[in-house]
Amino acid sequence: MAPASGIEVENLQRTFKDLTAVDGISFAIEPGEIFGFLGPNGAGKSTTVLMLTTLLPPSGGRASVAGFDVATEGPDVRRHIGAALQEAALDPLLTGREHLRLQASLQGLAKQTRDARTVELLERVGLTDAADRRVGGYSGGMKRRLDLALALVHGPSILFLDEPTTGLDPQSRSDLWEEVSRLARDEGVTVFLTTQYLEEADQLADRIAIISRGSIVAEGTPDALKGEIGRPSLEVVPSDAADRERLAQVLSEFGPATAAPTGAAAVRLEAGADGLAQVVRRLDAEGIGLNTFDLHAPTLDDVFLAKTGERLADEAVA
Amino acid sequence: MREFSSTARAVAWRSLHITFTNPALLAPALIFPLMFYVAFAGGLSSVGDLPGFEYSAGYDTFQFGFVLLQASAFGGVFSGFGIAADFERGFARRYMLSAPRREAIIVGYLLGALGRAAITTSLLTVVALVTGMRPQSSAADVAGLVLLVALTCTAAMLFACGVAMRLKTVQAGPAMQMPVFLVLFLAPVFVPLDLVAGWVHGVATVNPVTALMTGGRDLLAGEAVSELLVFGTAIALAGGFAVWALRGLRSAERTGS
Amino acid sequence: MTSDLARRALLRTLRQPANVVPVIFFPMLLVAINSAGLDAASELPGFPADSYLDFIIAVPFIQGGLFAMLNAGTDLATDIESGFLRRLALTPVRGTSLLLGQVAGVVALSLVAAVVYLTVGFIAGVTVAAGPAGVVALLVFAVAIGLMFSSIGAFVGLRSGSPQTVQGFFPLFFVLLFLSSANLPRDLMEQDWFATVAGLNPVSYLIEGIRSLVVTGWDPAALWPAIAILVVGTLVGGAAAAHAMRTNLVRT
Repeated sequence: MAPASGIEVENLQRTFKDLTAVDGISFAIEPGEIFGFLGPNGAGKSTTVLMLTTLLPPSGGRASVAGFDVATEGPDVRRHIGAALQEAALDPLLTGREHLRLQASLQGLAKQTRDARTVELLERVGLTDAADRRVGGYSGGMKRRLDLALALVHGPSILFLDEPTTGLDPQSRSDLWEEVSRLARDEGVTVFLTTQYLEEADQLADRIAIISRGSIVAEGTPDALKGEIGRPSLEVVPSDAADRERLAQVLSEFGPATAAPTGAAAVRLEAGADGLAQVVRRLDAEGIGLNTFDLHAPTLDDVFLAKTGERLADEAVA
Repeated sequence: MREFSSTARAVAWRSLHITFTNPALLAPALIFPLMFYVAFAGGLSSVGDLPGFEYSAGYDTFQFGFVLLQASAFGGVFSGFGIAADFERGFARRYMLSAPRREAIIVGYLLGALGRAAITTSLLTVVALVTGMRPQSSAADVAGLVLLVALTCTAAMLFACGVAMRLKTVQAGPAMQMPVFLVLFLAPVFVPLDLVAGWVHGVATVNPVTALMTGGRDLLAGEAVSELLVFGTAIALAGGFAVWALRGLRSAERTGS
Repeated sequence: MTSDLARRALLRTLRQPANVVPVIFFPMLLVAINSAGLDAASELPGFPADSYLDFIIAVPFIQGGLFAMLNAGTDLATDIESGFLRRLALTPVRGTSLLLGQVAGVVALSLVAAVVYLTVGFIAGVTVAAGPAGVVALLVFAVAIGLMFSSIGAFVGLRSGSPQTVQGFFPLFFVLLFLSSANLPRDLMEQDWFATVAGLNPVSYLIEGIRSLVVTGWDPAALWPAIAILVVGTLVGGAAAAHAMRTNLVRT
């Protein structure tokens, strides 16, 4: 049988009373791909995930997950997906092991295989030692890892992760990234990932879509998106600190100023990297000596700003 | 079918497992009926001497008939609190996501409620028997009582479940508890229906709970029961609230869980 | 200062319908149900009142007091939990003013509730044997009961600092009320153990004091024990609450 394990979305909509949360979005995700769905709070990310996981009926449009229609073939969709949704839905009174057994039983795993699967998943997410402690005493990172393990109990071919690392410390975050990459690479799991962290999308996703106010405003590989709008930024430290003001003045001729560390000045180069030679000539002509002179490639944040007119990075530098 | 029962068993397992590992959670479902039993059976026993008060098994047993139904119904209502909490905390999503047949979720919660009601009503019965209640039931009457308890718990649980799935917040607690509390007390709690006065008499006459309470008391006294009225009412209530609960589930699906 | 705090206490109660509705509605509902369900009990030989309604109308006064206890305790515990009390500790306000303000707000609600109980009671046919002065005495009782129970509630709230702990006292509500002479006079209780428990329960004497004004008139033998309990209870509860307030408002 092996149904297609991709996702196809066509003109999907969802309205709540007079609010349009998702306004006719379309995209397709290939089997085995990690797809990053990027947007600020309230952009429609979670509503999309709820619709694709059959937890919320769409108001219009069509979506199929693993080859099944989300509106009419809910039970078939659910059989093929695993989901770790925003607030890790865990019961503080149950232990980690009990959660996994419960999930295994909910998914209809045969009794004989439940314990083995539980042990295997606990090991994989590094919760073996904490398995018999109540979840009420787990840290945020442990809860997320347990949530991920729960989503994997029945070996789904498609995994939905709704802001899986929000509120995690950097170490827990990179551990989780590691595991998600491994799943896609080694097991061919399709991953639909929503995030407000640009770095997360950049590192993990094969392809990303940016959603803003219910509509998709950009879609492509991270590199393609950055290349499409990409203008590098230039960060310069003068050899004489007293020249900083004058330096900033000169740089402003080449584009808008951007944030820079103390003692440095930075600018987004309107002309791209090609304008570099001209900058050097101007600084030379002004007699400003240079200490460091760094060109930064464009980031997803630049893409985001260009596409939505909003900046995401402020929230994301948590 | 296998998937249905697998889901139902998993949901029921969690309810019961949590109860057994945290017996304190049973306290509210047990304390209220016990309190009522002690206060009414102990404090009001002279009411049993009133002219026209005819009940052969004694005032203790008469009040036990009320308290038994109360414990069954509250067992169902407290399950509703649990469902509301699951929706509020997002745990219900786990069920909604993994259950191929979502009706099985309700069945699972119901089995959990019945399991807990079995514990509380058994404890209550032991306390009443130890403190001197002397019912006159035959084995068949006891079986009838068990069925009545189960149906009452089922009806109350399905009612509360319907409310919980529509409102999806623990703030809905009073909306589940108050109506049940009201219909229980607007039945003949202290004296047989004939002796109830005023407007409460009028309400109690048409209150379906009156049939259940009277039937339960008849079974406790080993007297003839009009099975059709008593169990028919109980089954009708359970059936009606089953529809209510299923529509609640549909509402939860529609609005997103 | 105290009156501002009292206004705050009253407003925060009135703005949470979940706090007001039970105080008014719940006791009246029980009166309605019990007076109909137990109306036949007034035919028991030796029953002191002509109608069961006259007999039972004393009970809401106690229920109002118990709600005052829960409200005062929950409010103060919430103030501790939210840090509001710590903020007050930085102002020159005195602990006793804060306490009095809180209690006064809750007691005001008790008084309003008592007026409602009596009005509904009169419409339903209650007559007060002690006359118009008796009605005034009933309202004074309502205030005194509110004062005593809210000072006890304030103590629990300040001592625990946890609204949940205060709410956990809810079952006590039933114990005090149900194991008393609320539903039947003590001499008509057949179970000796129950009569004994009710005789040890101070709430029985409060109810009997209030009830005597409605059913028998001015009866010192019933009134004095109730007054004594209220005075002692308020002094002890108030002192304990004031002490707990000082502990909470420690400042250097």
